[in-house]
Amino acid sequence: MADRIILQVSRYRPERELEPTTQEYEIPLNEEWAVLDGLNHVKDTLDGTLSYRWSCRMGICGSCGMTVNGEPRLTCATFLTDYRPGPIRIEPLHNFPVIRDLVVEIGDFMRKLPQVKPWLIHGEDTAAPQSELLQTPADLDEYKQYSMCINCMLCYSACPIVGLEEDFLGPAAIALAQRYNLDSRDEGADERLDVLSTAAGVWGCTFVGECTKACPKGVDPAGAIQRYKLTAATDSLRSFLMPWRSS
Amino acid sequence: MSVRYTEFHPRWYRPPMSVFWWAGRRSYLIFVLRELSSIFTAWSVVFLLLLVHAVSEGSRQYRQFLNLSSNPWMLTLNVITLAFLVFHAVTWFNLAPQAMVVRLRGNRVPRSAIAGAHYAGWALLSALAAWLILR
Repeated sequence: MADRIILQVSRYRPERELEPTTQEYEIPLNEEWAVLDGLNHVKDTLDGTLSYRWSCRMGICGSCGMTVNGEPRLTCATFLTDYRPGPIRIEPLHNFPVIRDLVVEIGDFMRKLPQVKPWLIHGEDTAAPQSELLQTPADLDEYKQYSMCINCMLCYSACPIVGLEEDFLGPAAIALAQRYNLDSRDEGADERLDVLSTAAGVWGCTFVGECTKACPKGVDPAGAIQRYKLTAATDSLRSFLMPWRSS
Repeated sequence: MSVRYTEFHPRWYRPPMSVFWWAGRRSYLIFVLRELSSIFTAWSVVFLLLLVHAVSEGSRQYRQFLNLSSNPWMLTLNVITLAFLVFHAVTWFNLAPQAMVVRLRGNRVPRSAIAGAHYAGWALLSALAAWLILR
């Protein structure tokens, strides 16, 4: 008989319970199965009422983030065999309201993200550029790491400040702001400064560093935030010492 | 227990955040201890200022300060302060490379070199302080 493993899955059915409960499912322990495959097996063969998000199954779409044994993980990139002999506890991402079972409400993140203007800004000119904006490989290296973010929100789940301060912009939004600030084609750093250099922006971060550990794409949001603190502090100091040079 | 309703959805479950959220995870505990170490850092500055003040007031005041410093409770406090100061310095030095991107001739200086420079600076200043006191 093949190996089997127990999944302890958090269930929340708002029409019948006030808070989440745990339901156990025993599934085959296949070597090549990720936790998401295990959940799909449950949904397909054991309990069709289980709700969770997923799409690409290959660490790109960022929709299958859940808390696996207390850690924020992409369930498509987390293998069952790593948790042998089990059981494996699967909960929704922390720091988000739960809509149903493993599905969380992400509206807060979706409202915060556009505040940092994560797109290329060309000064006052809103028209598309007439020619290509060339970059050297060194220019690309400046921001490439931050452009790998897939908006999976694992960093929001790992960050205690996100849970404690509801206004905090959060790791991914600030890292994405840095992705554009450090892009040689972008001229929007001054516009983003007003949003980023605030108590709800980079100064809300106390450098716990868990966002970077949780990131499945190696973005290092904690590093991005600390780098921006240096930029913002230098900027303030410069405008204090040389007010004639600030715009 | 009442169910909390929200505008666009009848019943989202909002997990409460415990006051002891930092106790269940090693990295959170280290973070909270690092934040707490700031109090001891501030105390070490106050203690140093008290010493400078006592020295400037003459030998009687200085002797009083020495008596105060040799109290068992003051010694205990200062041993704890030293431990937290070392913890403060080490944790921040280890985090420094994440915040600092230094480039030399177009190449990024490796993280180990940035942390190493911090430790080297610390060792140099400590040696200088030791030389001033012990010479």
